[in-house]
Amino acid sequence: MSLSRRSVLGVAAGAPLLTSSLSLRQARAQAQNTIRIGVLNDQSGVYRDLSGPGSTHCARFAVRESGIAQAGINVEVIEADHQNRPDVGSTVMRQWMDRDGVDVILDVPTSSVALAANTLVRERNKVFLCSGAATSDLTGPACSPNTIHWTYDTWMLANSTGRAMVAAGGQTWFFVTADYAFGHALERDTSAFVTAAGGRVIGSVRHPFPNTDFSSFLLQAQASRAQVIGLANAGADTTNAIKQAAEFGITRRGQRIAGLLVFITDVDALGIETAQGLVLSETFYWDLNDRTRAFTRALGTMPGNIRPSMVQAGCYSAVLHYLKAVREMGVAAAKANGAEVVARMKAMPTDDQAFGPGSIRADGRKLHPAYLFQVKTPQESSGRWDFYRLLGETPADRAFRPMAEGNCALVRS
Amino acid sequence: MDMIFGVPAPLLFGQLVLGLINGAFYAMLSLGLAVIFGLLNIINFTHGAQFMMGAFVAWMLLTYLGIGYWWALLIAPIVVGITGIVIERLFISRLYKLDHLYGLLLTFGLALIIEGSFRNLYGSSGQPYRIPPELTGAWDLGFMFLPVYRGWVVIVALAVCLATWLLIEKTSLGAKLRAATENPALVQAFGINVPRMVMLTYGAGVALAALAGVLAAPIYSVNPQMGANFIITVFAVVVIGGMGSILGSIVTGFVLGVVEGLTRVFYPELSSTVVFIIMAIVLLTRPAGLFGRA
Repeated sequence: MSLSRRSVLGVAAGAPLLTSSLSLRQARAQAQNTIRIGVLNDQSGVYRDLSGPGSTHCARFAVRESGIAQAGINVEVIEADHQNRPDVGSTVMRQWMDRDGVDVILDVPTSSVALAANTLVRERNKVFLCSGAATSDLTGPACSPNTIHWTYDTWMLANSTGRAMVAAGGQTWFFVTADYAFGHALERDTSAFVTAAGGRVIGSVRHPFPNTDFSSFLLQAQASRAQVIGLANAGADTTNAIKQAAEFGITRRGQRIAGLLVFITDVDALGIETAQGLVLSETFYWDLNDRTRAFTRALGTMPGNIRPSMVQAGCYSAVLHYLKAVREMGVAAAKANGAEVVARMKAMPTDDQAFGPGSIRADGRKLHPAYLFQVKTPQESSGRWDFYRLLGETPADRAFRPMAEGNCALVRS
Repeated sequence: MDMIFGVPAPLLFGQLVLGLINGAFYAMLSLGLAVIFGLLNIINFTHGAQFMMGAFVAWMLLTYLGIGYWWALLIAPIVVGITGIVIERLFISRLYKLDHLYGLLLTFGLALIIEGSFRNLYGSSGQPYRIPPELTGAWDLGFMFLPVYRGWVVIVALAVCLATWLLIEKTSLGAKLRAATENPALVQAFGINVPRMVMLTYGAGVALAALAGVLAAPIYSVNPQMGANFIITVFAVVVIGGMGSILGSIVTGFVLGVVEGLTRVFYPELSSTVVFIIMAIVLLTRPAGLFGRA
């Protein structure tokens, strides 16, 4: 038999086809035994440091720590940038869930994008573990059987920081608010506390998101003569506002700044000289207790060499608990029915190094204590990342909005 | 309290002053853009990234070498200007004969690369940079509390703008530059090294951006996206003023800063958009810009 040129060419051309169809079949077989977790957050903008690659790092750490690979279950963690825009985020999520077989959407800071995720995930019966976003609507009017709101929310921040500020004598308030879903929710929830505690909201101004120059808005806040200027924004918006408030001597004239949402990465960006004395609330601080310190050590070097923010720690905690439910149910059942996995997660108590023991409520709210911190003075601080002094703790059962007040359809009797 | 259009007068005056301060940044940045466009015909989208580099170089000088603000005002523009010259020699000089669009795409790509690299190295939340002790404190103007540093920014910006305008419009060096853009071959025939002049012009335009960056460092957080936030507005300023018009970009920069400041009082939600509305109106009625020659 002589080898014709054509047959050689034919085999050569067919070979890659053959191997690729083999690997496709392998991939498909593997896909049935693989859980895919999509970390969707800000990889390039103002919320990158507090979520971003650090969240992915924490999620991957949770997968390793869960030991699920030893149980023969593959878990893949992928990540994407939503640029803080609901349209960009929605496109990524559709592609992930409809084409790439992603089972869990994780993190999603920026409340407007998180609300979009909430709807998309529910339509497809997948799982949404929200760590980065703040709006308390996720366990209120927008609550869903497929969503767990993990780390913090606007009600908790208002309850902790807002209440502390009113108790310290801040009776009149003026809000500087980021003009989108998150800022509106934070202003609304804080206002409710201020008025309930006998204080008064005398005005507010909404700034574009993101924004760099806050002097105009701060001057309006100053002109209002309110005792407290509430910053209902986050990330670089908050740090710019605080920096410029110091520049305009606002605190020296007797007004106080309430950073309603301040992350440890923001304190680092401000520098401790500028940030000292700031009162803020978090649900996780790396140097809180032996367990959080052990957790931070075990994480190894974070991307950008930062300490984990509560959002990033929340990603770890959420993935760890999710994988427990998957292990109980089996991969096939978990992939088939997201609501069922969430129901299973709600039925189990939670416990991990970062947040300690906790639970998940019927409306999808994860419960754990909230901590009120004050930023140390440069003299008290032993160095970078030694930032907080603990002022108080709100226990888990009182840290978040009571279920009956949330107006969540899942728990309405 | 006196009221003007339903707004307390002191608040309004305060916003006018703040508008001037922001306008100072717009003017300095658009000035560099106008110089580069006027003399090189390149739409320099890297300008925002170079502004950011100016701020970062100031921060690095302080953090790694202990060199403070005053030297940074001099060193950072030189360092960033040199990187600009390298970019001009390596990339931009190859594009002069091509359509504007290629220069725009190249510089836009470079901006993304520079910003991405800084983000990977230093994260997104920014670095602290303090106001130099000589310029802390504030003046009480009666209607507002003006930080000394902001006043300083306006003074520096005005001086730099004026100097640049004089240099280009009133000196023989400026005349040569302008002639070189009209007819490079003829100017070269007079024995003037046009490519070198163009290279130095680009370096100077970039140095202006870096100087603005150093001035901005103590006010805004020094972060990789600080330039991206500014650059789009600044391009609108250049378009409104008339592409390549030096005086146009200076005047428009200050005026738009004030307009934006006033918008923040009357309808804050519109403040990030108002510049573009004005741009659209100007493009419809005077396509060459307010100060441009059609």
